[in-house]
Amino acid sequence: MGAIQNKVIGPVSDELALVQAAKRGDDSAFEELVRRYDRNVFRIAQHITQNREDAEDVVQEAFLKAYGNLSKFQEQSKFYTWLVRIAVNEALMKLRRRKPERTVSLDEDIKTEDDSLPREIADWSPNPEQQYTQAELREILSKTIQGLPPGFRTVFVLRDVEGLSTEETAAALELSVPAVKSRLLRARLQLRERLGRYFQRRDAENGRELKGGDVKNNDVASGDGDL
Amino acid sequence: MKCSEFLQELTSYLDGVLDEKTKAELENHLSWCHNCYVVCDTTKKTIEIYRDSQLYELPEDLRSRLRSAIMTKCQQYKKRGPQSV
Repeated sequence: MGAIQNKVIGPVSDELALVQAAKRGDDSAFEELVRRYDRNVFRIAQHITQNREDAEDVVQEAFLKAYGNLSKFQEQSKFYTWLVRIAVNEALMKLRRRKPERTVSLDEDIKTEDDSLPREIADWSPNPEQQYTQAELREILSKTIQGLPPGFRTVFVLRDVEGLSTEETAAALELSVPAVKSRLLRARLQLRERLGRYFQRRDAENGRELKGGDVKNNDVASGDGDL
Repeated sequence: MKCSEFLQELTSYLDGVLDEKTKAELENHLSWCHNCYVVCDTTKKTIEIYRDSQLYELPEDLRSRLRSAIMTKCQQYKKRGPQSV
């Protein structure tokens, strides 16, 4: 079992040239940046807000904010990371407006106990996603990730879906690298556990139902002070 | 390596950022601990399924509409300043 392959996010070599042209007032260069990243921003926004209209608004507001503040962009980070930071903030604001009764922040739910530690260890079917139609699978994935606290799903989406590095994710979310790492671990484990409900082997003969094995160890939770 | 230690390194292992020594210890653990093997394997699948899911793809027609709305607002911003948007 090896490492997962990193997703490459478009060529960045000419990104700086586009940004500089846009700064000089070349709107077609800015439009090219929109074209390059609108799908990513939409995906991130919808993952955070869980609402399509909000996600559409976030795409518009994030790009407009980027346009208006382009002169302040220092070019020390990638434009994309800067844009993601703007988009995440816009998306969190939408979420707060929609759920005013709850305080929504990236620090939310970080005190969860060992709820992400593996409890259900049963193996999955081979190619579990093929048990479902595309539409069913999307529904399962969407419902499953919605159950995660915003702080966890945002880290998961940036790192694992959009392919940002740990450092880029930390910069975009204004979190420390250890905080990103611990949230990513918890997000991955929680998603794995929740998806298991749909993807577990149906055949008990083949699936060794090993519940609550020695993987569950409170040392992991207690040893990770910032979670 | 204990299961708890394995879990703490799981994310770095899946991201391929472990040093050779830790990686070897971890793979040794995986070779005999079925539970950790399953957790590792299904976590990897979880990531791959989400990555390949095309969840929340932006449809082309909506994409064009959003882009032209963004560019129109950018033009207004340029002409009249931030108050116009």
